[in-house]
Amino acid sequence: MGGDVDRAEEAVQDAYAVALDRWPRDGVPSTPAAWILTTAKRRAIDRLRREAALRERQALLARELEEAVRDLPGEDDEMIPDERLGLVFACCHPALALEAQVPLTLRLVGGLTVPEIARALLLPEPTVAQRLVRAKKKVRLSGIPLAEPEPDALPGRLGAVLAVLYLVFNEGYAATAGDALVRDDLAAEAIRLARIVHELLPAEPEPAGLLALMLLHQARRPARVSDAGELVLLSEQDRGRWDRAAIASALPLVDAALTLRHPPGPYALQAAIAAVHARAPRPQDTDWHEIALLYRELVRVLPSPVVALNRAVAVSMAAGPTAGPTAGLALIDQLVARGELDDYHLLHAARADLLRRTGRDADAAAAYERALALATNEPERRFLAARLEECRG
Amino acid sequence: MRYMLLIYGDESGWGNLSEADQQAEMAKWFAYTEEMQKAGVSTQGEALQPTATATTVRDNGGEPLVTDGPFAETKEQLGGYYLLDVADLDEAIKWAHKCPGAKYGKIELRPIQEFPDPS
Repeated sequence: MGGDVDRAEEAVQDAYAVALDRWPRDGVPSTPAAWILTTAKRRAIDRLRREAALRERQALLARELEEAVRDLPGEDDEMIPDERLGLVFACCHPALALEAQVPLTLRLVGGLTVPEIARALLLPEPTVAQRLVRAKKKVRLSGIPLAEPEPDALPGRLGAVLAVLYLVFNEGYAATAGDALVRDDLAAEAIRLARIVHELLPAEPEPAGLLALMLLHQARRPARVSDAGELVLLSEQDRGRWDRAAIASALPLVDAALTLRHPPGPYALQAAIAAVHARAPRPQDTDWHEIALLYRELVRVLPSPVVALNRAVAVSMAAGPTAGPTAGLALIDQLVARGELDDYHLLHAARADLLRRTGRDADAAAAYERALALATNEPERRFLAARLEECRG
Repeated sequence: MRYMLLIYGDESGWGNLSEADQQAEMAKWFAYTEEMQKAGVSTQGEALQPTATATTVRDNGGEPLVTDGPFAETKEQLGGYYLLDVADLDEAIKWAHKCPGAKYGKIELRPIQEFPDPS
């Protein structure tokens, strides 16, 4: 295979996908490892042949003719160029409950482990394991095909697909356990797949919104972790390190997402919030009022406690009679009173920060302790520990 | 893969239709059945008489316990079935969606449990 590691990995992934499809029906072969390798090799060769043939065709045809051919249905034309994306759409089959689609896609396509999925979905591990077992059983027994949907079914599958891609991105952006704050491979994969979805469905606002959101987050990545591996807060990041090209590519997508449909959807709004940050040359230039307004809209279309938490933080950063740390703290305490997010380390971290800013150091220390007990990501833990020391000292 | 295609609907709706409408509806069912047979996907299917004609039987200490009516009173009742033999669930869904019963009721698709041939 010419030492092309990426190709080899893809081919093995393909082989696993085929195995998942065939083995439940045909039975597990007597030497599964050998089957996987043989299948992987075969599929790698097929893929190389297809790519060579495709390059040849493109070279021969004029540009206009090329586009005309692409618009006609053909037997060899695949609607979705990336087979893994086809698997994503298949895992989001409507015959599966949504609560099953998301973990199944994360497992089969994202390659996440059960603990990683549990962390991402804020669910207990046994629950995730159970949903995976049930989902695979449903796929196998009810004959759900692991294949791309018909073109007219694509838009309908979209919501679940976008949710899954965003989860994969977040898992890559801030790894749940271990020393690396970011895992490039997952985040880049999520962006790549989101871009394909957007290009396939350009009239849909939310794929554009999601792609913009991911690009804007990714643009800040070079500044997010210090050379020593420490977490750097948005307010302290060296904005000179931000990827301006990525930001520039994202901003038109934000505009498209906000205007293609009214009212704007959740990804469009989240991307708009990220764009406000991206446009601020310095932290003190951030239009927190605008962000707080966008979060207020977002809470309406996406009424989740995490969004409410983020809104509280935005309010705490804005100026004015109904804003500032005390106002933000009041919003967070509403969440606490409802018992929301008690196991979410960022709730306690945010609360600790606001307590610190309002001079309540003892309460802040207690909240930092709680956050530290729940955080699993090393750079985040070091950051929280340092803040805790400041409050005590 | 084989599926039972189970047709559920509010059977009281039938009585509310005019005779002309009933005939039109029956024509749709015949056309649907014929289309499935031509496509080779259905080997069997029947309409059932209404649940008022049902009889429920269970064993009560060795004696049959016989009662009038369906096993349970439900808002929508089983009105008929087809036995499908298709490639996968997506194909079964296509045929279920074409079923006239899908317009005013619900179609349940249930995969058949295949047992290994004892021979």
